[in-house]
Amino acid sequence: MSLSFLLLAVAALCALSFYFGRQRAVALSGGRHSNLHSLPVHYGAYTAAWCGLPALFLLLIWYCFQGSVIEALIVSDLPQEIVSDSGRLSLALNSISLIADGNGQHLTVEPEIVDAGRRLANIQTIANAALVVVMLSGAVLGLSLSYRKITADMRARNNIERIARYVMIACSAIAILSTVGIVFSLLFEALHFFTKINPLEFLFGLEWSPQTAIRADQVASEGAFGAIPLFVGTLLITLIAMCVAVPIGLFSAIYMGEYASPKFRAVAKPALEILAGVPTVVYGFFAALTVAPFLRDNGAILGLDVSSESALAAGLVMGVMIIPFVSSLSDDVMSQVPKSLRDGSYGLGATKSETIRNVIFPAALPGIVGAVLLAVSRAIGETMIVVMAAGLAANMTANPLQAVTTVTVQIVTLLVGDQEFDSAKTLSAFALGLVLFLVTLGLNVFALKVVQKYREKYD
Amino acid sequence: MAAVSQSAMTAEPSVEKPKMTARNLDLFYSDNQALYEVNLDIAEQQVTALIGPSGCGKSTFLRCLNRMNDTIDGVTLKGEVTLDGRDIYDKRIDVVQLRARIGMVFQKPNPFPKTIYDNVAYGPRIHGLVNSRDELDEIVMTSLERAGLLKEVKDRLQSPATGLSGGQQQRLCIARAVAVSPEVILMDEPCSALDPIATAKVEELIDELRSNYTIVIVTHSMQQAARVSQRTAFFHLGKLVEVGETDQIFTNPKDERTKGYITGRFG
Repeated sequence: MSLSFLLLAVAALCALSFYFGRQRAVALSGGRHSNLHSLPVHYGAYTAAWCGLPALFLLLIWYCFQGSVIEALIVSDLPQEIVSDSGRLSLALNSISLIADGNGQHLTVEPEIVDAGRRLANIQTIANAALVVVMLSGAVLGLSLSYRKITADMRARNNIERIARYVMIACSAIAILSTVGIVFSLLFEALHFFTKINPLEFLFGLEWSPQTAIRADQVASEGAFGAIPLFVGTLLITLIAMCVAVPIGLFSAIYMGEYASPKFRAVAKPALEILAGVPTVVYGFFAALTVAPFLRDNGAILGLDVSSESALAAGLVMGVMIIPFVSSLSDDVMSQVPKSLRDGSYGLGATKSETIRNVIFPAALPGIVGAVLLAVSRAIGETMIVVMAAGLAANMTANPLQAVTTVTVQIVTLLVGDQEFDSAKTLSAFALGLVLFLVTLGLNVFALKVVQKYREKYD
Repeated sequence: MAAVSQSAMTAEPSVEKPKMTARNLDLFYSDNQALYEVNLDIAEQQVTALIGPSGCGKSTFLRCLNRMNDTIDGVTLKGEVTLDGRDIYDKRIDVVQLRARIGMVFQKPNPFPKTIYDNVAYGPRIHGLVNSRDELDEIVMTSLERAGLLKEVKDRLQSPATGLSGGQQQRLCIARAVAVSPEVILMDEPCSALDPIATAKVEELIDELRSNYTIVIVTHSMQQAARVSQRTAFFHLGKLVEVGETDQIFTNPKDERTKGYITGRFG
């Protein structure tokens, strides 16, 4: 029985138990719901939950242990000389699972392996059947136990409340644990990289050229893994993006919030926010195909040497992408400045712009700083635009007219390469990712702290 | 124009030497009428109290006097408000200068998130009233002195104003209004967020300020109106019901509604 069918069966059982639980409650009430502690639907939901949850829990446990138990069973029957050599063992296990899946016809392996493959197929069939039995019996057991517990004064309503709480805890645990898992996978691969390359060389090295030999007999450079040029490029592009996004975003937020008539705002604000909905890949080819050639041609007219993949083009377009981010966040914080402060300033005879400059802006400043920091962390992590428009050359330059590369661009190119996975080249992507993650995490935490501190003051 | 509506009034709205006047003032929030034909004179260098139950239009009327209602969308106004005989809703009037002449103190103390000094210096700075740092210091000190706050804050002029107590904040707001040397000060329930001791101080202050400024105060507390004002106007449902000497209003009101309100039968 396949898993989806099994889950469907459990869902059907749940529906059935909902019906049973409700029926029993109705029967117990003798026609008057006020005789019951809770409403009939509560009893129904209670039995349904106790039917479905044990089944899902058993399924989870089962999948946690199934793989390792089966592998242990197979390994225990293999000859000692295979087991003792870890390389041969993993090769053997691979062939065994291929044979078990029926894909092993072309393999030329020892007869023990073929036997083991057949045995694995057997075990898997048994395990699947056992899973069905265990899950369904768990469901039925839960159903019958909870069904029997239903009495007129059982507090089904409160029980459901508790179950709902645990379900929500489980959901948030999944969200948090998956983040933690991602961070750890990043961390372990990065540590793996740091066993090959000295972390100091990585963090402070001034040269980046990650080409290493693919095969041992190949003639190729050793590779240089100094990340500074990447961070310089990232910072340069981020700086250009901020020079575009902060003034434009801020001033448009001020206009929308303080000056625009409600009618105009109703049209203009959503229009501005559409910018945030444009896929970044569209911005990417806008940068690469429109902005970059425009800059190059006009640079040529002015006698400037603009490379066709310039930091300026990528930065300008990234700035446009971030405008709605800055403007909607700073609009939020400025509209939170209490009306009483505006009134106080107007009451003293200040004009609108004086009020904004002297009262609203300073009061909202911490929030605006927070908004800008969040925007910076987005710019640093942005990938698609720079992949398409910024180029790959790891130049260490502050000249926005030259091509630079960023951390994210390098991660992309490193991972789509054809190197073996545990080469320094591929692993350096994880180290870059880790540093990038730490930088944006730090920025986000700091920005949220600032914003929060500001919120506390006025709420 | 004034004569028509005066016949409908139960009391005399005019005074001999009015600083400000309102004539046939109607005000609408979008479609809701909030004020009906209000006729009222504000006497110079006196405290005029506006009383009445919640929602009667007294705060709305107060905000007409320095055009603060301009900042609210959808407000329309008919009739005339004058300051020293000039219509303040005239197109040629600069509302910024008008508000410098007519200061305002709000219900909740609203110091700016700046230092105490900068709060008081705000008005003089934006209006360019001073040419040197010394002159500014002078204005800040006299304003704080006038607001009876100087003694309490003179050692911490550079600390944030939001750190002051509620009563001190409200007196700071009064100092801030005084610093621009207005002719009229409007106060919108200035004591409603203060404790009795702070209230007593502010009331004392209002009494002192009377010698230099014309004051209009909206209050919920009839005792406060009786204590600080010389003239009292009673508003009800957007209409000015009765206006007169404070003593007369509280001891011998002519209108039944006024009598009902001040004796606590409604409102």
